[in-house]
This record gives sequence, C-alpha cells and structure tokens, in this order.
Amino acid sequence: MATYVPANEPLIPLRIESVAKRFGEVTALGGVSFEVQQRACFGLLGPNGAGKSTLIRSIAGRVRPDTGSISVFDEPANSAAARAAMGWVPQELALYWLLTCRENLEAFGRYHGLRGKALREAIEWCLEWAGLGERADATVKTLSGGMRRRLNLAAGLIHRPRMVLLDEPTAGVDPQSRNRIFEMVEGLRKQGTTVIYTTHYMEEAERLCDRIVILDHGRVIAEGTKEELVTRSFGGRSDVLMRFSSPNPGATEWTLCHGGTLDDGVAHFSLAQPADIASLLEAANGANLEVTDVTLRRPTLESVFLQLTGRDLRR
Amino acid sequence: MIYTIVRNGFRALRRDRGGLILSFILPIAFFSIFGIVFGGMRTTGTPRVSVLVVDEDRSPVSERVVRGLQHEPALLVSTRPDAKPGARTDEPVPADYNAATAETAVKQGVAPVALIIPPGFGANPIAFGPATDRKVISILQDSSDPVAAQVVAGMLQKVVMTSLPDTMAEMGTKYIAQASGGLSPQQRENIASNISRFRSQMPSHDQQDDAESGEASGFVAVKVRDVVGEKKRSPMISFYAAGIGVMFLLFTASGAGGSLLDEAESGALDRMLSARVSMTTLLAGKLAYCTLLASLQLVIMFLWGAAVFHLDLFSHLPGFFVMTAATSFAVASFGMLLASLARTRAQLAAISTLIILTMSAVGGSMFPRFLMPEMMKKIGLLTFNAWAIDGYTKVFWRDEPISHLIPQLAVLVGSGIVLFLIARLFARRWEYA
Repeated sequence: MATYVPANEPLIPLRIESVAKRFGEVTALGGVSFEVQQRACFGLLGPNGAGKSTLIRSIAGRVRPDTGSISVFDEPANSAAARAAMGWVPQELALYWLLTCRENLEAFGRYHGLRGKALREAIEWCLEWAGLGERADATVKTLSGGMRRRLNLAAGLIHRPRMVLLDEPTAGVDPQSRNRIFEMVEGLRKQGTTVIYTTHYMEEAERLCDRIVILDHGRVIAEGTKEELVTRSFGGRSDVLMRFSSPNPGATEWTLCHGGTLDDGVAHFSLAQPADIASLLEAANGANLEVTDVTLRRPTLESVFLQLTGRDLRR
Repeated sequence: MIYTIVRNGFRALRRDRGGLILSFILPIAFFSIFGIVFGGMRTTGTPRVSVLVVDEDRSPVSERVVRGLQHEPALLVSTRPDAKPGARTDEPVPADYNAATAETAVKQGVAPVALIIPPGFGANPIAFGPATDRKVISILQDSSDPVAAQVVAGMLQKVVMTSLPDTMAEMGTKYIAQASGGLSPQQRENIASNISRFRSQMPSHDQQDDAESGEASGFVAVKVRDVVGEKKRSPMISFYAAGIGVMFLLFTASGAGGSLLDEAESGALDRMLSARVSMTTLLAGKLAYCTLLASLQLVIMFLWGAAVFHLDLFSHLPGFFVMTAATSFAVASFGMLLASLARTRAQLAAISTLIILTMSAVGGSMFPRFLMPEMMKKIGLLTFNAWAIDGYTKVFWRDEPISHLIPQLAVLVGSGIVLFLIARLFARRWEYA
C-alpha cells in the first residue's frame, strides 16, 4: 500500500507562527516559529523542559496555544482535515495492553474513520511495516519493549498520514530495536511522508534529520541543517579529544591553561586549524603528561547543543 | 530499623489520601450508618410498624380496639389513605379503608400489614379457649416484611386486654357459670353490678398510654393471610438479587469508568482525541459499554437466582428488562461521574468505595429499608439502590405492571442523564490543555 501524495502539492506540511503557551506562571512556549517542507525529516531537539512536548501536543491539537497559529497542510491544527493528514506517535506507549496487536490497530484505525477493506489493508500494511506480522495476535503485554515501541509507531500511522509526529520513538529500547525503528522511519521518508522527530539522542537526529530546530526555554535558539548549525556555532574549528595515561592533578590545570575543558579524564579542545594539534601534543609532552589517545573530529550536533544551551541534551 | 520501617509507613500513609479515607473515614461512616439503622438513633425514635386498620364492625367495642391500636407507640395506624400532597383544605377527605382497598394498599406496598375487624366482632370479641361463635380478625400481610404481622398480632392481643377489661370480666363470668353448673340470679345481679361499676371506673384512652403491656395470647381470634408473595417460593430472593446486584453494579461501573483514567495515563486518550473521536463520543461510548456490562451482570445474577433459588424470572421478563436497562444506565452514568472527578486510579478506588458502600448501606442493599427508621428510609431515597430495589420489588414481589414502575424509571433515567452531563462537564479537563 503506497502513501498517496498528490503531484506538485503546493501545501506546506507544517507552519508554526509565533506560537506561545503559558501554564500558570511557566512559559512553555515563548513565540515559536518555523516551517517544515514536504518529505522532510525535521528534528526537534531541546533539553528537558525546553517546550518540545508542549509544541508537539500543540501540533497534534491537544494543547491550545495562547497566541500564534499552527497549520497542517494549510489547515488549522485542530481541524478534522489536519487530524486526517497527521499521525501522532506519543512518547508514552499509548496502547490497549490487553488487546492484541491487530486489535489495537483495528481500534485506532476505526478512531480515524477507517472501515472494511481499507481498514483490513491498513492493518496488514502496519503489521508488515512494523515487523509484527508473526505477533499480530499476541497481546501487547506479552510483547518485548522494542515490539511495543514499533506497535506504538504503527498505531500512529494506521490511517496513512502525510505527516507524522514522532515523539521520542526510541525511548527505552535496545540498540537492535532502535536500528529497526530507524529503518522504519527511513522507509516512511522514502514513501514521501513528512516526519517531525523529537529525540534525546543526537546520533538519531544526525542520522535521520535533514533539518533541525533546537528549542530552549520555549524559544527556537537555532535552526538549519546539521552542517549549518555546526558552521554557525564553530565555523571551521575542529574538536580534539585527548586522554591521559592516568589521573594527574596537573592535567586539569594544564587543560584549562590551554583553553580546554576536562570531563571524565578526557580533555576537550576546540582548534581553529587541524594542524594546531601538533603544538598541543608538544605542550603536553613538555608538561610531562603522557597522552594515550587523541581524536580529531568535526564538531557534532552534541557540541552545538552544548555550545548553545550550556547543557548536555540528556541532562 | 523497625522504627524506620514504621515511620516510612506512616509517612507514606499521610500522603496517600485514598489510603487515609479507607483507613479512617470509611469505618467511621459505616459505624455511623449502622449505628443509626440498628441502634435506633434517639432523635428518630423506635421504628414503628405501619398498619392499615379497617373497622367493619363499627361497634363501641371495635372502636375502642381501634383507638387502643392508635395509641400503641409501636404502631403507625392509618384508617384511611393519606391526603395527596398539596391537596387543598376544602377537598374531601379520602374515604376510610375497607377490606378490599386495604388489601390493594398492602399489595402496592403502602403498608406491610392491614388489620380487618369483621362485622359482629363487638358482640363476642374474646374467648378464653376454643370457641366457634366469635368473629375472626384478619391480618393481611406482605410477607416480604415477616416481622410486621407478628408485631401487629401481638399488639392486638395486648390492646384487647387493656381496652376491654369489662368485656373480659363478662366473658370470664360466662366461663365460671358454665364450669360451676350455673349461677344464681342473685350472683348474676351482683356480678353485673360490679362490672357496671368497673366500667364507670375505666381509665380514658389517654391514660392507657402508660399501661403496662400484658401477656397476649389468643383472647382474640386472629387469622393471618399473605396477600403479597403468598405463591412465591423464595420470598426474599428478588430483593437480595436487586440489592446485592446494584451494589456490585456500582463497583463495576466505577471500575469500567476508571478505564478513562488508565487511558489518560497511558496516552491512549490523547491519541483517540487527536483522531476523529470527540470527548462526548468517547464518554458516550464508555457509558454504553458500562451500561451493557451492568445489564449483563444483572441478567446473569437473576438467571442464577432463577436456576438456584427459584426466582420467577421468566414470567416477569418485560419488567425485569425495563428495570435492568434503567438501573444499568443510572449506575453507568454514576461510574462516569466518579471517573471524571478522580485524578488517579487510587483516588477513584477510595472515593468509589466510600460512596458505594455508603449508598448500599443507606439504600437497602445490605439491610432492608422497610426495617429502617423513617428518617433513614427517606435518606435512602437519595440512592440508586433504593429506587432500583423498589422497582424490582414491584416487578417480582408485587407483580405490578410496567406502568407502575414510572416513578422508579423516571428517577433512575433522569438522574442518569444528569450525572452523565455533569461527568461531561468535568471531562473537559481531558480535552485540551
């Protein structure tokens, strides 16, 4: 079953304009604006409390913004047309635990108005897509964590939406299941589905997302492709990670003197030119510090995130 | 170590409102309810037996008996139907009961007992032994209240003893005359003179209120007849099926309504509401499920009653289905309301246990309402249990037609609608943030 995507569709899948939302004294969203283009996989990153969940729930029509507007394919987010065009996979395992995989998909399909042959076909497609064909008649409570996650994804896609909101779809799953979910998401993109993806894992965003928004304190603090974000934050600089042979009190002082930071026994430097690494190693040798490992790398999204928010994404 | 464990337990309990309610408030609430029901709360007085009295004799003797019964504190005597509420003062007073209207009233549950004093009773009211010439007083009873008729019969014997001492003396003289082979004219004249003086010295009825109750056994001929339930093989089974059934229905509805809280917690509720499902549709769906589940429970319960306790279900099917539908709808709405009020499953469990057990105690699921004090009977009408039990009693016990169930159906369905609307109002918290 192929996703229906009209040719030359001019509509913007998601347009968010100046969306603000307060809960009592707390500002969850302080005027967020961005657009998501057709067939994009759009990453929504931010530390805990940044406003990601409120934004996702606003897009899904479950939170009413105080100001601003959200449109899905040019329809208001809470409209029936927007609901039909959009699939939402919440972070929680929003399933009926005593029903089987097939029964869950049937229930959520019916909630989306599917009936008869269309419903049966959608269920079969979802079971195949999620790799749950052999466990179709098993109850949710008997499934492994990874299988439940995949069923959770499938339940949000039962009505074959043109845009899907994935709220931390790999939370709490093992690496093997995570890879399986990556493949599912990549499969969706190939079929033309627009994906909005929130995660705490930078490597997921780097692998899957072609554009990224970083939220902090309810505001967009950066937006662009991964390369744009790195260049904007670090220019042409490179990261150097340097590990010393043994805990050495002098290493901390030496690292700080050379403009680096020491975290868990690893010194972290940002160099304007890769060739600068030679002088850094020479200086370490001069300070009698034995270096056991050196890594030179282009800054990652994690570096960008740390630079912009001052916090690790998972803290 | 033990101290730490104990302290942790109390700290956790202090922050667990549900646990606190179940531990302290529920026992006190139940203690109070049963104290009122069984302890005869002083302010409400001793429970009195309602009895309809029909005096077909209209003799001075029968009138004295009726007055004696009216002065009896244990009895609530009615000789005519109550005037309709709100009736004007110039409207005619309802006619006195006769044997037929009193029997109908007992069948309709107006009172559990009627006492019929037959014509000619006053001519020969009492006997000290077997006698064929005295008239028999009829007591018509609704056997769902097995105590009432016995109380009335006993009270009648007492009242006759205290109201008719002169008559007893006359009858005693007759027995003496028979046993001694006849009294002389002089003796008869002396006895008649003494009885006449005795009559003139009799206390008024107002003074009899303080009379000591005497031993009463068989001075007056009494025949007790069941006018309701005389052909029932298991007299109280429909009452218990309805009473216990409704109580468990309330628990079922509360549990089923609690699935809303589970779905809200798991995110399934959000997911449904982000599809094409509206909150009203969702609640209506839950209501329909709860109603069907409750109906099924009652059907199974009454089928069990029919199979094991000989409950005559199959000749009362229309009334049973109507009452079951209305009762199930009302309790399902109640379950929706409880679920929409509670924030967590634990809170729902605590609130529903407290409310349901209280309603069941007051509403007659645990103890028949007809044995409760008047005030408790009235309070019971605030519960589904009372209306449902009354309705099922009309169907299975009194064999009344469906049209007589209108008050019960109106209350159950009406309150069900109101509770559902209130639940919908509270459910707005799930709609949008």
